Amino acid sequence: MIERTKILLLVAVLASAAISLFAGQINPYYYDILISIGINIILATSLNLVNGYTGQFSLGHAGFMAAGAYGSAWLSLAFGYVLGTSAAGTTTMFVLALTTGGLIAALAGLAVGIPSLRLRGDYLAIVTLGFNEIIKGVIQNAEPLGAQRGLGGMGQHTNFFWTFALAALTVYVVLNLVHSTYGSGFLAVRDDEIAAEAMGINTTKYKVLAFVIGAFFAGVAGGLYAHFKQFIHPEGFNFLRSVDIVVMVILGGMGSTAGVILAAILLTILPEGLRALAHQPWLPDSLRPIAENRMILYSLLLIILMITRPQGLFGGPGLKRRKA
Amino acid sequence: MIEFLQQLINGLAQGSIYALIALGYTMVFGVLRFINFAHGDVFMLGAFAGLYTAPSLLKLCGGGPSFPGAAAVLLAAMLICAVIGILIEKLCYRPLRDRPRLTVLITAIGVSLFLENAGQYAFGADPQSFPEIITDRALEIPESWGALSALTLTVGQLLVFGVTFFLLIGLRAIVRHTRTGMAMRALSFNPVAASLMGVNTDVVISFTFGLGSALAGAAGILTSIQQPSIDPLMGINIGLKAFVAAVLGGIGNIPGAALGGILIGLLEALVVGYINPSYRDAIVFGVLILILLVKPSGLLGKPEREKV
Amino acid sequence: MSAPLLHLENATMQFGGLKCVSDLSFAVGTGELIGLIGPNGAGKTTVFNLITGVYRPTLGNITFAGKSVVGHRPYRITSRGIARTFQNIRLFGSLSVFENVRTACNMHLRHGISHALMRGPKFAAENRETECFVDELLTIFGLTAARDEPCRNLPYGDQRRLEIVRALATRPKLLLLDEPAAGMNPTEKNELMKLIRFTQEKFGLAVLLVEHDMKVVMGICQRIIVLDYGRKIAEGTPAQIRSDPKVIAAYLGKEAA
Repeated sequence: MIERTKILLLVAVLASAAISLFAGQINPYYYDILISIGINIILATSLNLVNGYTGQFSLGHAGFMAAGAYGSAWLSLAFGYVLGTSAAGTTTMFVLALTTGGLIAALAGLAVGIPSLRLRGDYLAIVTLGFNEIIKGVIQNAEPLGAQRGLGGMGQHTNFFWTFALAALTVYVVLNLVHSTYGSGFLAVRDDEIAAEAMGINTTKYKVLAFVIGAFFAGVAGGLYAHFKQFIHPEGFNFLRSVDIVVMVILGGMGSTAGVILAAILLTILPEGLRALAHQPWLPDSLRPIAENRMILYSLLLIILMITRPQGLFGGPGLKRRKA
Repeated sequence: MIEFLQQLINGLAQGSIYALIALGYTMVFGVLRFINFAHGDVFMLGAFAGLYTAPSLLKLCGGGPSFPGAAAVLLAAMLICAVIGILIEKLCYRPLRDRPRLTVLITAIGVSLFLENAGQYAFGADPQSFPEIITDRALEIPESWGALSALTLTVGQLLVFGVTFFLLIGLRAIVRHTRTGMAMRALSFNPVAASLMGVNTDVVISFTFGLGSALAGAAGILTSIQQPSIDPLMGINIGLKAFVAAVLGGIGNIPGAALGGILIGLLEALVVGYINPSYRDAIVFGVLILILLVKPSGLLGKPEREKV
Repeated sequence: MSAPLLHLENATMQFGGLKCVSDLSFAVGTGELIGLIGPNGAGKTTVFNLITGVYRPTLGNITFAGKSVVGHRPYRITSRGIARTFQNIRLFGSLSVFENVRTACNMHLRHGISHALMRGPKFAAENRETECFVDELLTIFGLTAARDEPCRNLPYGDQRRLEIVRALATRPKLLLLDEPAAGMNPTEKNELMKLIRFTQEKFGLAVLLVEHDMKVVMGICQRIIVLDYGRKIAEGTPAQIRSDPKVIAAYLGKEAA
């Protein structure tokens, strides 16, 4: 198990480096989708640590993504010139920016994780949603971050290699954590908090840790996003963006990393497919808006999935039935 | 001082709306122990129910904007919302009755997103103007009231106060004195014991959804009279604020929801008047987080503990 | 006499107006096997919750190995050496039998998160150590065959046993067993009695046992404490308890006494 994940990580990094060499020959539209897939894998896998493995239902992952996106973009814009314009200089700067973005998001995760200690289930979901709105609100009022106008002008440093190497790193960290004695604390917190405490597990520490690690990678994903799109706007990190990520985790099966990765890929391609469908001449005009608005489909998917298959499409241990 | 009084009036009017919606959250939480995320969207459907029924109902009541016409639209919206609320529960939540709360919450989020997006599909995404079912104008306050005559009080606001007051009294009567109301209270006190004592759980839950949704529908009409521009996403923000109100008052507690709604309305008005309107939402969520940390059972609620 | 391992001094627990445990004092010495009995609702499980920190006593003090545990979080109390099982089985439902027990080894890890991530040689060594320890426990308790089964697939009796194994994996000095024989048939109960005594001797444990089955309690306990309405009404050897009129009255009603 241990060796396998290490090899997997190595293969993924090498493959992304190799593909990265041919990136120039990929059609820009597909390239865009590929990068989005990588970013969504990071987001969904990291949220899965919180929602799936630790059982703390967070609805504010886009808030952490925003913290990372703005944190890294701000660093790039303010200090981008410091290390010069050589390849080594810009790469170092980019890595610094991503790390900073991740750390700022982790700090935000700490701020959310601490109140989460006293809350469960629905309450926690609403509070994380509230935090998402608060982070958005702060950015909307922060002049140095472009406030309502958005923030642009970062260099396009995100490429295929960075995106997928970091996606592989996220998967590696999450898998290594949950498949260790140390990390079994996360699963214990999810399954039964009281029993976990009785077995000597500091549930507080694990919950906060899940939020901090999850937020860190969401922040890194935000940094990648900011340095790919080269323009970010507070509305791009709203509640609906959080829902996007939650749907990936639920569809993939909470607590199943492989399933969640599959779902992230599927749900990145699906809206594109639907958009293409909306332009097909044979489609009745009345159905075009449904194809263009993925949320109608997503919401139905959520409802039907919860009623018929709450453990998600791709299995996983699923949600626990609990007596009243 | 006048400025402050004016903010209080505005806050009270908005707070009444929150109170009506918060009651739905709190009642459903009382009987089912879950947050009906889609409740804010039922409020939106109330406004659209008014939009679509108003022309024919106004014609029936003599043509132009009038009190009977407005009353008819209000009742129609309440009825339609009650039916929608009952349907949502039957189709989406009932199959999940014994499932983990999280499954139900996710479903509720799904229902909420569905109503918002299907609403955009069915009604169009752009804001539409709500028909004038009653003429909303500022009331003349006689000069003899001195400085108070500088206050602005509109017909719409007065209507909000009146209707809310009336609905709250009615709700109190239903919950306290009818058999179903008593069954509701029994169910929220102890679901197992209630069903063993012959309470028909399904009927009571349907009734609760109907009642809460009717109140949200009324709030939809009352809001639209004052701000006659409605759109399918109008329920998100107001719904969240009303939820905060329900938590502030103590979720599951009916007078608490009314109190919480009014307090949140007042708080917002004061933030808008004296601090900075753009911080309104952030401060309301800040209040939510603060309550949950300091007193999760809210102002009037009782704490719950898990049995080991 | 040396200081007792566990000592309750006038512990009182009040929920609203209801006193579930009032003015309760007793002591458990190192290596003792003590029974805690009483009619339904006498407050036995509440006593466990007080000792393990799930509830904080309204009044009174609880000391373990000479230090107060009042106000500490449950995981801290566990790390001081008190482990428990639950009346309504609380296993980690999505984990395997092995993983359930391994989770209880968590607090004895010498290496933290960075080792779990880097997976160096130290991690591998400690990992092997933990696995051996868990497997040994599973062998002792005859659960090896079910090692990789999801724990919820186990039969009821095995689940109760697994709870005991999991509690033992925290390496306690005092083990609290909350109705371990509930729902077992007489053969299983007999085996359980042997198992409890065996565990107590092998690991040098003190055991506090809540149990409804008088045969089990009388059969293995050195001393028995009887609760009724949250108060201690009797304490003594099984023979003394059997003939105590207050105990008989509590169980059968006043007239029968």
